[in-house]
Amino acid sequence: MANTAEERAFVEFERVQKSYDGETLVVKDLNLSMPKGEFLTMLGPSGSGKTTCLMMLAGFETATHGDIRLDGKEINNIPPHKRGIGMVFQNYALFPHMTVNENLAFPLEIRKLGKADREAKVRRALEMVQMGEFGARRIAQLSGGQQQRIALARALVFDPSLVLMDEPLGALDKQLREHMQFEIKRIADDLDITVVYVTHDQTEALTMSDRVAVFDDGRIQQLAPPDQLYEEPENSFVAQFIGENNTLEGVVQEIRDGLALVRLDNGEVIDTTPVNVSEVGERTKVSIRPERVEFDKERLGSEAHTLKAEVLEFIYMGDIFRTRLRVAGNEDFIVKTRNAVNQTRLEPGQQIEIGWLPEDCRALDA
Amino acid sequence: MSETIGSGPVLAADGTPLKRSLQRSLRLQKLRALLLIAPLLAFILITFIAPIADMLFRSVENEIVSETLPQTVKLLDADGPSAPIVPGNETFSALYVDLYVAVKNKEHTRLGSRLNYEQTGVSSLFRKSGRRVRRLDVEIYKNQFLDVDPAWGEVTTWLTLMEDAKVHKALPQTMWAFSAWLDDVIEDGDKPEEEKLEDYIFVALYNDLSAVSDKAVSRDLINKTASAVGGFETVDFKSAFAKFDKDWHNEDVWKTLRVYSPPYTEGYFLNAVDLQKEFEGYSVRPENERIYGTLFMRTLFMSLIITGCAILLGYPIAWLMSNRPMREANLLMIMVLLPFWTSLLVRTSAWKVMLQQQGVINDTLVWLNIIDEAGRLVLINNQFGTIVAMTHILLPFMVLPLYSVMRTIPVSYTRAAKSLGATNWTAFWRVYFPLSVPGIGAGSILVFILSIGYYITPEIVGGTSGTFISNRIAYHISSSLNWGLAAALGSILLLVVLLLYWVYDRIVGIDNVKLGG
Repeated sequence: MANTAEERAFVEFERVQKSYDGETLVVKDLNLSMPKGEFLTMLGPSGSGKTTCLMMLAGFETATHGDIRLDGKEINNIPPHKRGIGMVFQNYALFPHMTVNENLAFPLEIRKLGKADREAKVRRALEMVQMGEFGARRIAQLSGGQQQRIALARALVFDPSLVLMDEPLGALDKQLREHMQFEIKRIADDLDITVVYVTHDQTEALTMSDRVAVFDDGRIQQLAPPDQLYEEPENSFVAQFIGENNTLEGVVQEIRDGLALVRLDNGEVIDTTPVNVSEVGERTKVSIRPERVEFDKERLGSEAHTLKAEVLEFIYMGDIFRTRLRVAGNEDFIVKTRNAVNQTRLEPGQQIEIGWLPEDCRALDA
Repeated sequence: MSETIGSGPVLAADGTPLKRSLQRSLRLQKLRALLLIAPLLAFILITFIAPIADMLFRSVENEIVSETLPQTVKLLDADGPSAPIVPGNETFSALYVDLYVAVKNKEHTRLGSRLNYEQTGVSSLFRKSGRRVRRLDVEIYKNQFLDVDPAWGEVTTWLTLMEDAKVHKALPQTMWAFSAWLDDVIEDGDKPEEEKLEDYIFVALYNDLSAVSDKAVSRDLINKTASAVGGFETVDFKSAFAKFDKDWHNEDVWKTLRVYSPPYTEGYFLNAVDLQKEFEGYSVRPENERIYGTLFMRTLFMSLIITGCAILLGYPIAWLMSNRPMREANLLMIMVLLPFWTSLLVRTSAWKVMLQQQGVINDTLVWLNIIDEAGRLVLINNQFGTIVAMTHILLPFMVLPLYSVMRTIPVSYTRAAKSLGATNWTAFWRVYFPLSVPGIGAGSILVFILSIGYYITPEIVGGTSGTFISNRIAYHISSSLNWGLAAALGSILLLVVLLLYWVYDRIVGIDNVKLGG
């Protein structure tokens, strides 16, 4: 198994460490392997080491320790211009003194392609990003979204097998960003290229990626497909960072039959799925997604544990209702309900009982 | 709302045109803005613009001749083209009056040195003649006028004549000569009525009365005298002047006087470009007198070399500064700025110590046996010395604009180029360098314009072959006192700079020049 996995790996980080000042590690023991054609996103708060990883892969930073391999070849000592990796930069880095065509032809000129070849490739790349008529424009004459497309086209025009993107949509407004997410995904799928994408926007990460690597404190906290990441976070950082999350703190009272009984700090007891708690008496943070909380008794199992809650605030958000509750001393407990016909609208001050399925309630590290 | 859609000017709510009401509302703001800059504006106007304008005006101004010798110039101007170059007795007679007044006011030497710029020897001619004019005996004129009517001897007669505009018109030379005497007397604090009239006034009176017979002045005294002057005994001024100095019969002196009698002249500018204005027209100066063309070319050429050296030396430093961490960049910046905080004179003198034949560099080379005692290099008092010292002094003016432009070039551009396959050199040459060109442009303009007008350094280390046009200007301002020529040279320098600026704008575009941000 191990052998075949290694054969399939296209990009590989092995025990990679990075330090800028010789005192602190920005990247601590990074291990990552991704197959050809995958769209992998590095997601994390700023300073988590994700951009440093990308720069090491591109060759602009050197790893302090460890190996980086591309298609089986060690690339630690290969200069960036020989790696053949396309890159889209945060602020696009389109050359302002060249036209769009000249920008796109730049990598082809360097590869000494003939004029006809060059023109054909540039035209194809521009059409791919639906910018066919903008070839003669100067960069300053383009809007942010158009520049983004050109940057993408330039990173792809020389047919790199791997493309890196460093927060490419950070400078765009929300609507354009959502549109470009699908666009990039579509192009990546069409061309079957391998993409490493860096972002701090979790929606972007979830909607675009095959797998997401959540970075924090210089380590990958979890590497998983988006659905797994959202539904089965492996630790409380991931649970907090991805999506909205309710947290209740308590102590493990009993573990049996794949369930863990947790006594909350106010004395109430709930059923949870143990994820990374193993011993009775261990402190834990229990995580429940707001949309998995039920207050309709009929829809909960009869033996399910319930908690008393007081409604503090009801917010109408159009497609959903968002209700803030006080639960076990936590005043920021959120419940989301779909705006469906006959859906209950809770009133502030109302006393209710809430519950959930044990598998939706995960006992994580404290 | 509908009235704003209709044709015609858009109206404000109260019915006045919107444009006017906008202007009115902005007027206060404009006034306040103007008030804020008013002190600086006044300061610059008084201390900078006005002196420059005055200086530039001097390059064409030439009123000294017509102010010092007004009567002579008037007669010379009236001469036809066929008139002899050396004028007749009448003009010499007027020259006597002019010169006498000029000597009294001590103005003749100034005129002498002014005309000496155009023709050597005129200065001493005027000085010498000035002394002798006072000693020339012309008493016979006064005596003869008193014989005709003793009233001519009374100052009160003259004062009454002064009040008559018609007399002024009829006897211009006389009235001018008398008022010169009167001014002199009043200036001394004496009463005119108690002073004795000087003889030269009567020479002027004779000149006026003998020039035209019909004076048409309804004054008996003048009419009576005018009819009598025909029989007067006169002094032969022409031969008298020849006795002062035989140069007064030299055609060249009179050609110069005639050429430079108008109040404005292009002569200074012609001199500044190695031409000269002669009586016969413009001509090129003799070869051994042509210096300004060479000097201008040398100034431009050396400024170009200095600018080139500054680019070569400054670019790497600026690049390093903009690509190193803040702390190292600041250290480099301090080292670049250090010369700024040292006196210009000290720096230049230091170069003198370094470069002279018995200086540090030569001594070291001799000590290292690279050259022998006899073969000490001449590093100073020539173009080499000027170029070395000025490159050093002007380097910060290249580095700072370069740095401020380079700092704004994001590192991602070079990275992008490399990720697209460019080697370090290609990334630099195709991407980084073109983006830094505005900085080179700004630095070059700054250094070139500064060096083209540089004075102190070439003066100290330039010797004779390494001096600039500005040194020549300074020489004319402080030594030869030919301010007109200095002003003409300065104007040409200013023009050259403006022209270069224009050319640069056409080629590179001033919009591309960045001093920061």
